[in-house]
Amino acid sequence: MANILVIAEHDAGQLKLATLSALGFAAQTAATTHGVYDVLVIGAQMGTTAESLRAYGARQVLVADAAPLQSPLADRHAWVIEAVVKQRDYGIVVAAASTFTKDILPRAAALLDAGMLSDVVGVSRTDDDLVFKRVMYAGNVLATVTLAGDLKFLTIRAAAFAPVVAGTTLSPVEQIPLPAGPMPDLAEYGGREAKVAGRPDATEARVVVSGGRAIKNAEDFERLVGGLADALGGAVGSSRALVDSGITPNSLQIGQTGKIVAPDLYLAVGISGAIQHLAGIKDSKVIVAINKDADAPIFEIADYGLVADVYTAVPELTAQLKQ
Amino acid sequence: MKILVPLKRVPDPDTKIRLKPDGTGVETDGVKFSVNPFDAIALEEALRLEEKLGEMDIVVVSIGGEASIEQLRVGLAMGAQRALLIKTGAALDSLAVAKILAAVYQREQPDFVLMGKQAIDDDANQTGQMLAALLGIGQATFVSRLELVEQRTRARCARETDAGLESITVKLPAIITADLRLNEPRYVSLPGIMKAKKKPLEELELEALGVAAVARTTVLHYEAPPSRQAGVRVPTVEALVDKLKNEAKVI
Ligand SMILES: Cc1cc2nc3c(=O)[nH]c(=O)nc-3n(C[C@H](O)[C@H](O)[C@H](O)COP(=O)(O)OP(=O)(O)OC[C@H]3O[C@@H](n4cnc5c(N)ncnc54)[C@H](O)[C@@H]3O)c2cc1C
Ligand SMILES: Nc1ncnc2c1ncn2[C@@H]1O[C@H](COP(=O)(O)O)[C@@H](O)[C@H]1O
Repeated sequence: MANILVIAEHDAGQLKLATLSALGFAAQTAATTHGVYDVLVIGAQMGTTAESLRAYGARQVLVADAAPLQSPLADRHAWVIEAVVKQRDYGIVVAAASTFTKDILPRAAALLDAGMLSDVVGVSRTDDDLVFKRVMYAGNVLATVTLAGDLKFLTIRAAAFAPVVAGTTLSPVEQIPLPAGPMPDLAEYGGREAKVAGRPDATEARVVVSGGRAIKNAEDFERLVGGLADALGGAVGSSRALVDSGITPNSLQIGQTGKIVAPDLYLAVGISGAIQHLAGIKDSKVIVAINKDADAPIFEIADYGLVADVYTAVPELTAQLKQ
Repeated sequence: MKILVPLKRVPDPDTKIRLKPDGTGVETDGVKFSVNPFDAIALEEALRLEEKLGEMDIVVVSIGGEASIEQLRVGLAMGAQRALLIKTGAALDSLAVAKILAAVYQREQPDFVLMGKQAIDDDANQTGQMLAALLGIGQATFVSRLELVEQRTRARCARETDAGLESITVKLPAIITADLRLNEPRYVSLPGIMKAKKKPLEELELEALGVAAVARTTVLHYEAPPSRQAGVRVPTVEALVDKLKNEAKVI
């Protein structure tokens, strides 16, 4: 039955945790289809990254390791994936959904004339094929979908699949030579704006504190939302309203068109609860809302709601947590 | 320069999505439809480039039924010069749309394509990347700043990624997909609507384009996702801390 290729994601060599959920999906699916899974890591100086992938039950850890693959450019990454899939026999290529994988996987899929499903949250097996669940319409609709073709591309939502558990057998590592022919050279990478260090990424954190339009400026955001996040050792996020007004960078936006998060604890600070925002937080274990409007829609989905002014409630909460 | 801008007809983001009782689809009766918000942003960017650099040929294209003419008219009223409807009643997916757009691209030979990063109905976020692959040209996705450089042979773009802003310079022609911070689209004006009436709007049957574009994805069933129940109100910050510690046990 169909073998699976998992595309690992890393940031300058540091493996993204979501990759373990993609491997979890692969392990689960391979078990029902009697197949095996490989994991492919693409980049430069990937030795330790490849090493860190060996304990997860893959048949092989494949490494495309070359200096020109250092930057996250879609043309080159898709070219590598295309070559690997052509050389080996895979039925599924999968990665955890992120801006990185959403940039490269559709490109690779089209190079191989394969269909693709984004943001898969469920998989089951029928007699002769797989049936998937994915969300559409800003999380308002859960669709049961099939994808025709011998080769399927998928991104999965990390929160929907349990991360694979490390075992004691180590998978062999195999270096993949660069594909023959000229390397694509369609774009030049100009670097990344340095991220404010210190806080975890909202997609990986156990606690996420998000601010909404109630927050009036960047200093208040840092003091109130940042302060509360730090007291909880969590990440910060925001609604689009704050991104639009330039108070927070887009990389903090949570929702339909931003990041999808599923922490143990999500605190919405002065966020009304628009459907597009809820699309990004619905899988959180516990949702807390602080809003001065008792009728704000966020209260309809919050486990704990506090009707209060965030400018007084949040500092108080932060202080109590620090005690 | 010529810029191709695809526009998708989608339920307005402010309408409440209701499912048909039998789970065969989303209710469309009485639903307001709009230009996919990210496509409106893409078109706005094309119009701003024209305002900055001088006259351009901006062509909007939509794939779908006759109803999509409404969205193409909005595109013309915003300021596009010409509209093209590729008429089909078939259910499509991103790969099928990308194949159709590739044929439109060959026919129109634009200098680049500006399109939305994601359609807010299927939330796929695939078509632009697939189109770039099919055409063998470069891509810059999730773009929040765009500048044409080196005698307009390249586009220097800022991309919104999970880890922050990335900078990339892509050779033209290329596919550029718009993120929300690229701009705020203009409203359609009355003079714009009047002018749009005289602008060319061509309709072409999908068959006439000569592409075999069959969707690989089939939606078997639509349902509402499990809903979260409203929890309890807590009267004070102290009560909240107590609940989080002793009931939910998350801190
Ligand atoms: C295509 C599209 C995609 C979108 N994608 C996203 C997305 O991914 N993520 C996203 O978040 N949004 C998205 N949106 C926007 C979304 O529709 C809402 O506009 C946005 O989420 C509102 O943000 P907000 O809740 O912070 O602001 P508002 O809706 O203005 O709510 C502010 C809340 O703060 C409360 N408040 C004000 N002052 C105080 C105070 N002092 N103390 C306590 N409470 C106070 C108010 O009662 C109110 O409930 C999208 C929209 C569109 C059209
Ligand atoms: N039927 C269509 N007609 C025109 N453009 C489309 C159509 N479907 C998708 N697109 C374009 O592809 C982008 C991404 O769509 P998707 O991959 O479905 O999320 C949209 O923002 C549109 O620009």
